[in-house]
Amino acid sequence: MKLVRFWGTRGSLPVALTAAAVRAKVIAALRGASGRVFASDDDIEAYVDSLGMPIAGTFGGHSPCVEIESGGGDYVLCDLGTGVRPFGQKALARHGPKSPQTYHVFMSHVHWDHIMGFPLFTPAYIPGNKIRIYGGHAELEAALRRQQAAPSFPVDFSALGANIEFVRLEAGPEYEIAGMQVRLMLQQHSGDSYGYRFSSAGKTLIYSTDSEHKLADLAETQAFVDFFRDADLVIFDAMYSLADTISVKADWGHSSNIVGVELCQMAGVRQLCLFHHEPIHSDEAIARVLAETRRFEEITRGGKPLLVTAAYDGMEIPL
Amino acid sequence: MDISSRRLADVTVVIPVGQIDHRNAQQLQQALAPILDQAAAASTPLLLDFTGVEYISSMGLRVLMVAAKQMRAGSARIAVAALRPVVEEIFEIARFKHVLEVFPSVRAGLQALSAPALALYDAVQ
Repeated sequence: MKLVRFWGTRGSLPVALTAAAVRAKVIAALRGASGRVFASDDDIEAYVDSLGMPIAGTFGGHSPCVEIESGGGDYVLCDLGTGVRPFGQKALARHGPKSPQTYHVFMSHVHWDHIMGFPLFTPAYIPGNKIRIYGGHAELEAALRRQQAAPSFPVDFSALGANIEFVRLEAGPEYEIAGMQVRLMLQQHSGDSYGYRFSSAGKTLIYSTDSEHKLADLAETQAFVDFFRDADLVIFDAMYSLADTISVKADWGHSSNIVGVELCQMAGVRQLCLFHHEPIHSDEAIARVLAETRRFEEITRGGKPLLVTAAYDGMEIPL
Repeated sequence: MDISSRRLADVTVVIPVGQIDHRNAQQLQQALAPILDQAAAASTPLLLDFTGVEYISSMGLRVLMVAAKQMRAGSARIAVAALRPVVEEIFEIARFKHVLEVFPSVRAGLQALSAPALALYDAVQ
């Protein structure tokens, strides 16, 4: 595995930047530029780059879709949220419609936000493409077919031109797929979800989204620590605050930044990436959670430092 | 972690000392259980004196949340007092200040919870 690229990082529902949010960013940037002189475009770009995410960028609004550059010739994705649409457009632009590709897709579960991009995934319409969709749920195929059935969508699943195959996997065994060793872990979520451990070429990636940690059972905690053990990167559902996950949002099936840090510290993980952002959070709110998470990691650090990042649409993390 | 408690008028003050982490959070839960049962049944306040708490993990915070739910069900108040700076930061990051009453000192906590308890506290200080 060489790299992870995020195409969709929001949980529950896609969101878009509002005009008011863009205006606030422009005002903040101009305020910071007051009195400065920019001699060239390079100076302007350097200034913009210095502003940081909440002002100069956005975490984005697509629902979950993560690409893994495995080092092989096939494409590898986790989940089919709305982020899969821009991914598909990029793949199509790169190869054109007459160069068949193979796509391996690992599904955490089949809730709406994780499948809703597939009807607009253009490569699925092109004969010659192969799409293998893996997951632990028996309802995987039915869920994807149902969302394209009338009256919900104008093109039925049966009209898709690509060769689409569904592959049921089980939690526990190690599979060899797309040049990677792949293991699944059952997670607590309404209707169940599955976390994935991908390993190849000495690198390990964990994709663990839509997973609630009850914190009442040491054995359950230890099982996740073992699953995360020594990973280079853990992509982790940190949708809510810890207080929310164990009070008003208990049993909603999500986790927190605090639990993410604790599990990764216990497992000796190199990097934690906060994922499945709460859709009502602004860029500033997510940036604040990231800063607080980094501080929490610092004050609880017992051994080697844990690098903490927050995923955004378009972010790339080399492995 | 050491846990002790004392009674000041109608307020039970619980005093954990040390780190509250994944390994010993259950110890805190077990120590609190009979105190919570009694306080919730009698609707009397409970104050956690965190002067000696060096660190609290998510599992420890969960124990506090469970305690808060039980006390609220009994229409009884529960509060935490005298957080060390690191523990206060953890409360802030975990958003626990929104779900538990937090006071800067044991005296401030008692002042909010019970006048008789405050009088007793001041008398022995």
